[in-house]
Amino acid sequence: MDNGQRGDYAIETRGLNLWYGDFQALIDVDLEVKRGIITSMIGPSGCGKTTLLRTCNRIIERLGYVRTTGSVYVLGHDIFGDDVELVQVRKQVGMVFQRPNPLPISIRDNVLFGFRLHEARTRKVSAAEENDVLESSLRQVLLWDTVKDRLNRPATGLSLEEQQKLCIARLLPVKPEVLLMDEPCSALDPAGTEAVEEMIWQLRGDYTILIVTHNMAQARRASDECVFMLLGRIIEHGRTEELFLAPENPKTADYIEGRYG
Amino acid sequence: MAWYVDRAAQVFVFVGGISAIVFIAGIFVFITKEGLDFVLGPLSLGEFFTSIEWRPTSNNPTYGALALIVGTASVTGFAMLLSVPLSLGAALFIAEFATGKTRETLKILVEMLAAIPSVVWGFVGMSIMHPLIIRVFDVPLGLGVLNAGLILGLMAAPIMTTIAEDALKAVPDTYREAAEALGATRWEVIVKVVVPASRNGLLAAVLLGVGRGFGETMAVLMASGHAINLPTSVFDSVRALTATIAAELGDTVQGGNHWGSLFTLGILLFIVTFVINLTADIVVRGIRKK
Ligand SMILES: Nc1ncnc2c1ncn2[C@@H]1O[C@H](COP(=O)(O)OP(=O)(O)OP(=O)(O)O)[C@@H](O)[C@H]1O
Ligand SMILES: [Mg+2]
Repeated sequence: MDNGQRGDYAIETRGLNLWYGDFQALIDVDLEVKRGIITSMIGPSGCGKTTLLRTCNRIIERLGYVRTTGSVYVLGHDIFGDDVELVQVRKQVGMVFQRPNPLPISIRDNVLFGFRLHEARTRKVSAAEENDVLESSLRQVLLWDTVKDRLNRPATGLSLEEQQKLCIARLLPVKPEVLLMDEPCSALDPAGTEAVEEMIWQLRGDYTILIVTHNMAQARRASDECVFMLLGRIIEHGRTEELFLAPENPKTADYIEGRYG
Repeated sequence: MAWYVDRAAQVFVFVGGISAIVFIAGIFVFITKEGLDFVLGPLSLGEFFTSIEWRPTSNNPTYGALALIVGTASVTGFAMLLSVPLSLGAALFIAEFATGKTRETLKILVEMLAAIPSVVWGFVGMSIMHPLIIRVFDVPLGLGVLNAGLILGLMAAPIMTTIAEDALKAVPDTYREAAEALGATRWEVIVKVVVPASRNGLLAAVLLGVGRGFGETMAVLMASGHAINLPTSVFDSVRALTATIAAELGDTVQGGNHWGSLFTLGILLFIVTFVINLTADIVVRGIRKK
């Protein structure tokens, strides 16, 4: 297993264990997420989906009482390694949260937040370039036409659906390779869910997407591969249609037939 | 029975709430009443604001308050120079960096500092700072703008720290998380997200600190040297508006001109403090609306 092989996967975890204090939330997790496809993650409430996702960009460390063993490779690099810069990991891996969390600044400043953070560190960015980045990011999330006349208004005034699209848009200027999405539609109404799902589907191919969902239909419709988790372990991981049509593990079958709730 | 209790509690709370307003209005009316005759009568506003001759007890009395106004302003200004960065730094540390025990200990410590009576601070100014300033800077007198400013700065710091910390804590953690997930470092999160988001609260903290410094009497009286003087250096003694009232009111004839002139200082203080607090309040309300 040299680095070249590792690079085949966008995310790879090896023997990953994670504890919140004394409580072990991830148990011996080996996950391989292929590049360029959408992988969905399903499982009953409390099985560790959010925890696993938040480990992949190390945002979980914000909680002081979290301990991990094992390794996580993102694009071939061990993100717990000594030579890895957290800022680089966060640039490569964008995250969309369960509740839309735009910053309390204008729509424009939200979209450009990460861009300014990283680009302005090394060079001078012109206003024209910012405007290009702004427009193309908002176009990619199908939000440009809705907000183009109120770019300087606070982002918190948008609807939840628009806010969540904005939260995806602000990741794009940083040019991440991987997008982690934690139930991005769970705070939205059915129409909003549909709109955001459709938009995420359009991002397929440009990004590796790992998306947690409670919505089985969404997982089935929108993902290439699917991971089923239960009580901190990965039970099954395979092509979505196979996992849903002919699950190998009886626990998976129980879950997708609704016997866990 | 329960109905009575409920009703009684309601009345009690209502009276409590109303009485705060009544007291403030009452104080204002009283101060104005005592001072107004003098303001409208013998006082020349031009002299009051431009002359430094405060000689209310002389045979030919003059009521120039400029030196007192400058005295209060210079001490308060110097205090803020010290305590604004100190308090905001402390609040940032407590709210954003310290965790667990450190945090709790610091918070308790700050609250304890806030509870030290001002006469104790004045005593520190006179008995510790005074000789220290003389020794360190080799000046003849250690009571003045520097001493009073330092003392006042330390006095105002705890409230400012507490209020600023509340403002920082009120910033939802999801903002920090969002910025960190985008690759912001801890400092970038603070500078680009937390401070802008709590701007109003921080400003309110500073304003309340200014108000606190402005109205402080005993410590300033003890540490400023209490000499009527337009200061040209931080080592010069000055006299504050509040200290003047405290020191002189006991020796005046009630209703006389000296009495009236002191109440005029009171009106001035009341107006300035009121404006500062009102601004702070409006600023705080600004946050809540968002
Ligand atoms: N901050 C925390 N501190 C302690 N325990 C936690 C914390 N967050 C999650 N847990 C526990 O870890 C386990 C996994 O939680 P996690 O949030 O990852 O589950 P999930 O699969 O995302 O659930 P859901 O579908 O409800 O979002 C749960 O048992 C939960 O109680
Ligand atoms: Mg979750």
